[in-house]
Amino acid sequence: MPQDQSEHIVKSYDEQLKRLRELVVRMGGLAERQLADAAAALVRRDAEMAGSIIGRDSEIDALEHEIEAFCVRLLALRQPVAQDLRFIIACLKVAHNLERIGDYARNAAKRTIVLATQPHVGSMNGFQWLARLVQQNLKDAIDALVNNDAAAAERVWAADAPVDDIYNGIFREMLTHMMEDARNITAATHMMFIAKNFERIGDHATNIAETVHYAVIGDTLPDDRPKSDASAYAVVRPPTA
Amino acid sequence: MNTPSQPAQPLPDLKDNKMTGSTTEGVAATTAPGASANFGGMSARSDAELNASRISIRNLDFYYGANKALKHINFEIPDRQVTGMIGPSGCGKSTLLRVLNRMYSLYPDQRATGEVLMDGQNMLDEDVDVNGLRAKIGMVFQKPTPFPMTIYENIAFGVRLHEKLNKAQMDERVEWALTRAALWVEAKDRINTSAMGLSGGQQQRLCIARTIAVKPDVILFDEPTSALDPLSTLKIEELIDELKRDFTICIVTHNMQQAARCADQVAFFYLGELIEVSPAAQMFTAPRHPKTQEYITGRFG
Repeated sequence: MPQDQSEHIVKSYDEQLKRLRELVVRMGGLAERQLADAAAALVRRDAEMAGSIIGRDSEIDALEHEIEAFCVRLLALRQPVAQDLRFIIACLKVAHNLERIGDYARNAAKRTIVLATQPHVGSMNGFQWLARLVQQNLKDAIDALVNNDAAAAERVWAADAPVDDIYNGIFREMLTHMMEDARNITAATHMMFIAKNFERIGDHATNIAETVHYAVIGDTLPDDRPKSDASAYAVVRPPTA
Repeated sequence: MNTPSQPAQPLPDLKDNKMTGSTTEGVAATTAPGASANFGGMSARSDAELNASRISIRNLDFYYGANKALKHINFEIPDRQVTGMIGPSGCGKSTLLRVLNRMYSLYPDQRATGEVLMDGQNMLDEDVDVNGLRAKIGMVFQKPTPFPMTIYENIAFGVRLHEKLNKAQMDERVEWALTRAALWVEAKDRINTSAMGLSGGQQQRLCIARTIAVKPDVILFDEPTSALDPLSTLKIEELIDELKRDFTICIVTHNMQQAARCADQVAFFYLGELIEVSPAAQMFTAPRHPKTQEYITGRFG
């Protein structure tokens, strides 16, 4: 339900808001790409690609600073209210979420460089699937912001449970590999962290969706989002007890 | 559009209905600005907490001759809080103020129908004593309008119409009113000089002192700061924050930021209709009516 965006009487205000939107979209695109590349580098055990992901993170950080400074300026000079105020605050928060997402992608890339020197542990299917779901949620969340679409934001917000389920599966699988052979521990631990990084990116995507929902509707979503990250309680019994 | 949204009534009556400070001579004079227990009014305004209704407006229609300027207005003005009225020129907000203290009845072809209930009485009734009403509901105008008299006489003049006070009592009342209007310190050494020698901001505070000197229940402000510089404006706003502890206040303003800063409740008017009444924080973060949103964000087309 994209909202009606009639124009401001002052045109330069509209132009500034449009520019802000573009900045956030650009940052969102960068974050999406970092995540996609991190997943690809992991699956291909491509240390060179992982290295270039790490190098690109500063671009995202720079964009965050630019968005922040721009929002502060708009707040000071335009004294926005209602939907404009909510949109500007939302951009500020989303930029922060995207910056964190970039950090998680970079961290996954760093671990991929280590993994490339380690023996294969388990399958990459879960990781590919996990990354794909998270990427889709991130993309949908950014699109919801671009289109002022609260319903789309709500769908993203409710779509995080499968991400948690896959993450739980990977967690248990890695514990099992570690128990089977202690030489797997280095690789399995790094893979566990990578899975956690992807899962956290998913959480930030839902945060973005919540923020977009607030910006469009002016109302917050309930606290109890559907979640199923159970790894905090997970135990795997030794194979021959 | 005829059914503006308003928070469910009745709201809890947090205070008793008696005025406090202003009925006790001299007491308020010792109250320093900013000493209020509610953190300068922030707590009262932070959420949707509005006091019990002081004035109830029911089915109010108003006509300038054949022209209907207010259409079926219904809302509540909460006791000892600030109600801001906003809307484009000609939307009826100033007209509503003129109705509240019967200013319109000076003009033969202007009439109001419906009810403006205060203390169980309809202020629009023919048998209401208009002078008594205006002592109860004072008004401050856009341009400072001091009488060409001394500062002292500006205040004493109105008081004499309603009360018989001896010299000492009158002195005390003048000092009290000037203190409440945050003008005493600046004016006490020149109280017998002409009010015309005061600056614009001081003149406006004198007008406020003159209004509160007769101890009204309600004070109406019609764009009280549009002729003042930003710092004088802030002084008036601080004063309004201070006065709302004892008075029910309505303020018409074209300055939306001012409504956001001062008001507990904001009413938005458009083409003679009341579109939305909301607590100020709600109005300026998430207004309920699309028309309100268009207006306050500067999208009116």
